[in-house]
Amino acid sequence: MVVAAAREIADGELVFVGMRLPMLAFLLARRTHAPHAIGLFENGIIRQTPSPELLYTMGDPPNLRGATECGQMIDVMGLLQQGRVEVGFLGAAEVDRFGNLNTTWGRRNQERQRLPGSGGACDIACLAQRTIVLLAHEPSRLVERVTHITSPGYGSGNRWRRTEGLPAGSGPSAIITTLGLLRFGSDAEAYLASVHPGVSVEEVLENTGWTLRVADELVETLPPSEEELAVLRELDPHHVWTRAR
Amino acid sequence: MSTSSKQMTMREAVGRHVPSGSIVLMGAQLEQMIPFSAGQEMIRQGRRDLTLVGPISDILFDQMIGAGCVSRVMAAWVGNVSAGVGYCFRRAVERNIPRRIEMVDYSNFTLALALHAGAMGVPFMPTYSTLGSDLLKTNGNLREFSSPVSEEELVAVRALRPDVAIIQVQRADAEGNAHLWGSLGVAVDGARASRKTILVAEEIVEREVIASDPNRTLIPGFLVAAVVEEPWGAHPSPVQGYYGRDHAFFSDYHEQTRRLGDFEDWLARWVVRPASRREYLSELEASRLEALGVREHAYSAVADFG
Repeated sequence: MVVAAAREIADGELVFVGMRLPMLAFLLARRTHAPHAIGLFENGIIRQTPSPELLYTMGDPPNLRGATECGQMIDVMGLLQQGRVEVGFLGAAEVDRFGNLNTTWGRRNQERQRLPGSGGACDIACLAQRTIVLLAHEPSRLVERVTHITSPGYGSGNRWRRTEGLPAGSGPSAIITTLGLLRFGSDAEAYLASVHPGVSVEEVLENTGWTLRVADELVETLPPSEEELAVLRELDPHHVWTRAR
Repeated sequence: MSTSSKQMTMREAVGRHVPSGSIVLMGAQLEQMIPFSAGQEMIRQGRRDLTLVGPISDILFDQMIGAGCVSRVMAAWVGNVSAGVGYCFRRAVERNIPRRIEMVDYSNFTLALALHAGAMGVPFMPTYSTLGSDLLKTNGNLREFSSPVSEEELVAVRALRPDVAIIQVQRADAEGNAHLWGSLGVAVDGARASRKTILVAEEIVEREVIASDPNRTLIPGFLVAAVVEEPWGAHPSPVQGYYGRDHAFFSDYHEQTRRLGDFEDWLARWVVRPASRREYLSELEASRLEALGVREHAYSAVADFG
């Protein structure tokens, strides 16, 4: 999952980095195929070199030491709104078939659960050129329709973002899960583009809350290379953020 | 101490400048420099009906909500950044425990823009963010409008003017001219947007130290009503150049606040019983504080103002 996320970053791109898995993906990309990717953080930090230590939050002192710039939130958000930021990573409690995200209201045993909220997710989903969503693949999390749009994907179809006034050339580009990778068709609906090694298409479909379309030329996700695994082991030696799988 | 000194204790600063019902900005620097000692003093002084404003706040807002100080939260994210949800926030929103609170959902950027508009003295700032989202539908301070200079719809983010901003800084002089560095977040706009500012400083220094590096003076003293010297005032959050983040404290809070009764025990131990920051710190083991201290200093190069 982290490896697939890292491969979404091209060299030299500006990346809005979230915490945990997106952070690892960014660090992995920088250490492998994208050594010139630049990280932007919501607290105003811009980094051209990876933090020397594993981070729990973007405000941990090692993320500021040796940074390129420590600015204000409005500075990095302004760069995002200008359209300069190519990639933004987001997690979510729920994502739906049009890539809309919910991190505000969850549900367990018929009871509504209040979740922490948007943070910067709504801003990234509205304004980044490509948004990459990371989450565990469960039918309760990949749902037909989110109950609350915290962060907009393609709304209800392919013209929706334009109608709502969101910037051209923005929107979700991939949903990366524990089972596979989904992309979006010209009608803005998500489809299964690749399955991770050892995962069957049936398993993906059973764990998706809507009738997921499958690409004609479905492929298997390229397994992690020796190099990628070695770097990941170095970045997260105690598997704080990654499981052994 | 000069006659223009605004230095006072935390008890005085909160007593004088943060009455019940205030709109209070805290946690402006996101995960860094969260003024925990100020929020905990508000709990001890029994403040009620506060509106808390801040982008994320980490576990400070959660414990103030649990202590019953809060009637409204204007924020982008409320929880425990490294451990997950905030149980007090959830109990309040889902079950009105200990009381009902109103949650006004922002995104980080729209909250920053609300404070920026306040700091600029204009009624709103425009943005494309939140278009199409349910934040726009549920937050009355975000309003769609037609651009007067282009053919498009944008969101007007209404200006926010908190009654008081509480900003943790590395150092300030006694008049409140403050140096801060590292994670700035919305601190600069936050202090300007607010009607007054309380500074919580790790150190009070001579005015000459501040004037030696005016680019680093991000809050001028005339905006400041009170200056509190409070070493370790932001613990368990970090202060760049002074101490790191106490990750274990956040994960312990997560475990020890899951149940209401456990939260009350937590609050008694860490907030109600210690009458001051000094007593709070004595509750932490000396070795723990030592481990959080800066191990390897990294000073910036000197800038020549000659």
